[in-house]
Amino acid sequence: MSQTSARPVASTAVSQLLTREQAKALADRVLGLSSADQTRVNITSQWTGNTRFADASITTSGGVTNTSVTITVTIGKRQASASTNVLDEPSLKRTVDLAARLARLSPEDPELMPELGPQSYATVSAFLEGTADLDPESRAAGVRRAITGATAAGKTAGQVFTAGYLEANARAVAVATSNGLFAYHRSTDADFSLTARTPDGTGSGWARSGARDWNAIDPAALGRIAAQKAVASRTPQAIDPGMYTAVLEPQAVTDLIPLLAGALNARNADEGRSPFSKPGGGTRIGEKVADDRVTLYSDPTDRGLSAQPFDNQGLPIGRIVWIEKGVLKNLAYTRFWAQKQGTRPTGAPLAGGLALAGGTKSTEELIAGCTRGILVTHFFYIRALDPRTVLQTGLTRDGTFLIENGKITRALKNFRWNESPLLLLNRLEEIGRPEPTEAGRLMPALRVRGFNFTSLSDAV
Amino acid sequence: MSPTRRDFIKTSAATAASLAAGGRLGLDSAAQTLTAPSADPAAIDLANQALDAARGAGASYVDVRIGRYRRQAITTRERQVMNVNDGESYGLGVRTLVNGCWGFAATSVMTAAGARSAALEAIVMSRAARAVHVRPVELAPIMPVKGTWITPVRRDPIEVPIEDKIALLLSTNEAALKVKNVRFVNSGLQLLREVKTLVTSEGTNVTQTMIRVGPSFSATAIGNNDFQTYEEELAPRGLGWEYVESLNLPGNAERWASLAAEKLTAKSVDAGQYDLILEPTNLWLTIHESIGHSTELDRAIGEEANYAGTSFVAPPEKVLGQLRFGPPIMTVQADRTQDGSLSRVAWDDEGVPADKWLIVEKGLFKDYQTTREQVARIQKLTGVTRSHGCSFAESWNAVQFQRMPNISLLPGDQDVGVNEIVAATDRGILIRNRGSWSIDHQRYNFQFSGQAFYEVRNGKIAGMLRDVAYQSNSPVFWNSMDMIGGPSSYWMGGAFNDGKGEPSQSNSVSHGCVPARFRRVTILNTARSA
Repeated sequence: MSQTSARPVASTAVSQLLTREQAKALADRVLGLSSADQTRVNITSQWTGNTRFADASITTSGGVTNTSVTITVTIGKRQASASTNVLDEPSLKRTVDLAARLARLSPEDPELMPELGPQSYATVSAFLEGTADLDPESRAAGVRRAITGATAAGKTAGQVFTAGYLEANARAVAVATSNGLFAYHRSTDADFSLTARTPDGTGSGWARSGARDWNAIDPAALGRIAAQKAVASRTPQAIDPGMYTAVLEPQAVTDLIPLLAGALNARNADEGRSPFSKPGGGTRIGEKVADDRVTLYSDPTDRGLSAQPFDNQGLPIGRIVWIEKGVLKNLAYTRFWAQKQGTRPTGAPLAGGLALAGGTKSTEELIAGCTRGILVTHFFYIRALDPRTVLQTGLTRDGTFLIENGKITRALKNFRWNESPLLLLNRLEEIGRPEPTEAGRLMPALRVRGFNFTSLSDAV
Repeated sequence: MSPTRRDFIKTSAATAASLAAGGRLGLDSAAQTLTAPSADPAAIDLANQALDAARGAGASYVDVRIGRYRRQAITTRERQVMNVNDGESYGLGVRTLVNGCWGFAATSVMTAAGARSAALEAIVMSRAARAVHVRPVELAPIMPVKGTWITPVRRDPIEVPIEDKIALLLSTNEAALKVKNVRFVNSGLQLLREVKTLVTSEGTNVTQTMIRVGPSFSATAIGNNDFQTYEEELAPRGLGWEYVESLNLPGNAERWASLAAEKLTAKSVDAGQYDLILEPTNLWLTIHESIGHSTELDRAIGEEANYAGTSFVAPPEKVLGQLRFGPPIMTVQADRTQDGSLSRVAWDDEGVPADKWLIVEKGLFKDYQTTREQVARIQKLTGVTRSHGCSFAESWNAVQFQRMPNISLLPGDQDVGVNEIVAATDRGILIRNRGSWSIDHQRYNFQFSGQAFYEVRNGKIAGMLRDVAYQSNSPVFWNSMDMIGGPSSYWMGGAFNDGKGEPSQSNSVSHGCVPARFRRVTILNTARSA
């Protein structure tokens, strides 16, 4: 191929990702290089295409392809891992040898579990060609539609400033062990978010959509919603911080509820350092921990989640209901901790996606049913404050409004808040209809009593 | 075991002694440091292949970065090793300008065909970007450079035998477990060696080897239906294994762990307004969040609006030389030349030599952090016509953009330390180490916590507190600073992984500072029940 005359062609995922057969062949090559007692190979083959923009211009655009291999070697009760993305024979051999050397030098691990043998997995269809084929021109066209939508919807405020980001990913993941396990899964995801700011600097709005399928994302609608929020949020007024009823849009709920994942760790609960530790020992499984309407689950086969049906050890991931009708049903057990406690391993809490089941109402209906409260578009910079209550702090952002008698009446200044996703699930007024908010998440809007807004923020 | 003033003096003296050596931590500066390796000829060849392909396809500017990253991580708990991982990542990233539009592509296929294909893909990106583009990129002028550099280390941490690392961590845990009620201990090491070659169409050709180490330690004490954790602030540094050894983790672990146990019975703070004394182990992060991020030029002009946010230090024409950031005792310096710091380099990812400049001078906002394409945005206001060298990419597979250099609060003229500040305070709270941290998207409202909190009454430490967080607004907070420590109380903290950008990238950055006092700051009690 001549360097000067060839028409450059951008790569997309389909031609770049390892197929099941290629992944199996690579895994077998690695397993063949290892003489350790047990070996596990984790392969990730990934393509990413992204486009970022600000002030009506694409600022960066990138395409990355990479395949990396992590080799975990067990010698007796000793284990270590090494990884590389250099896939020629000498490099793979060097990495296998390095893992073995690190394992030999490591102390015995009393908690070590043998590598898994063959498993059977649920079939999950999570790979969409429409996402994997999203080339730079198509991404630029999507960005243009979003900017056009925002410009039109924001024109009452003048020329709105837009900034945003579009990313498409396709990945193939494989796990193989020397005990005969082989797992392979392909998935895609696309995510588009956009911020619109009014020229007077007093209004900011935001919208986001994420899905396995790019075609499920409507860039023009995102632009329109972000600009409408920006216009409506101009000249926000201060109201005293305090406990208010809050309507949290599904994206705000997506910021908050997955933070429960860390608290669902069974071992921490058994060890007395979790909100799910029972005073005097043991866990709170079987106890009421939330409102009766709360059901929180992971399920890779749920069509709204379409998550990977195995974890990085090749453990099959199935449906796990963490909280059912307000009662704590399950905690997350590693293979070791499950064996020790005489139960079944679950994989990590977010391994099978995460969904908060809900009702049938839209966000608008939750607003309509609110006498006085605060509408939150999304949150920012959330950090843990106290693991005993899963207490977090963070801020509201890009559209915070006062609701009075079922209607949005005023734009409000942003707040800092100190609140716990666990405690607020005990103060539900209404739970909305679950919506796909990003790949692997189904979250409803919530209306909760007594949301603790603690101070005002000048940020727009 | 409650701390006495003598304990405070001891700790502060140790801190001061380690810093008197100018960031080299009292290490023998005469000892031999490693020599910078030169570029791999095969890497240079691939870079030239990509460069030629992109130029041939119409790029007006091209840069090619080839990176080989070696990351090692060890985590332990109590008497076990949780994880030993060694990772290698090698690849090439090409950035192109066509008609003033950026494109970037990266590949791990390290062959001539792979390099050329990545270059042509970057060209496609540049051309596609033209459909949505109003402002052509202009790069500030640069003198092409050639050379090699390595972080000044005596011992490459990656090459230290793994058993020595594990033995160090397990003996640390063992010492901590001696403390009554301390049931859980975590310790770890995060180590990086990054070899990066940059070749540009303007003639720059440099190869740098960056080495960074990040140790960690925390202990959890279990009480009666309660638990408390204490994390020691073990600053990550751009230093070698000799730094890790100098921290004497096994010798200090028992003392650190005892603070977790002591927190179980500490008094829960009464919320209200107090004078706040922040040790450098806490203040560095407040500097990072409220000064470091707010003075990034990409934020000020809206390029981060959709993610990290914008800034209260904007627009440039209204704040440069005009914004009263703090009192006259406040001078803040950006610096990528400081040895031992995390963002120390010889050249940034555009080949701009490492720079040192003032961000805030005697309380007045002076300048932003910049890359080459940003210079034109403010050069008429600042008179600065070159980039400050803040371009950085976390890996070969990520595009470079504006990242934070070390941003440090310079010491005051009077050589006082934290003890003198405590002695001068009637009613206050002293905070050590970083706890929870959160700040809004224009960097006004923040809330930070810590690891150890002490009540100050009538110039003395009156006992330990718990459940403390301080909440303020950046300009109000910095303007309330009325006492700062002198040169011997200077200490450098840092973040191994500071996130910014879309896709999010990690940057390592240090912040030097001295203890300081802030008047009448809002203190919250973070304990809460249903």
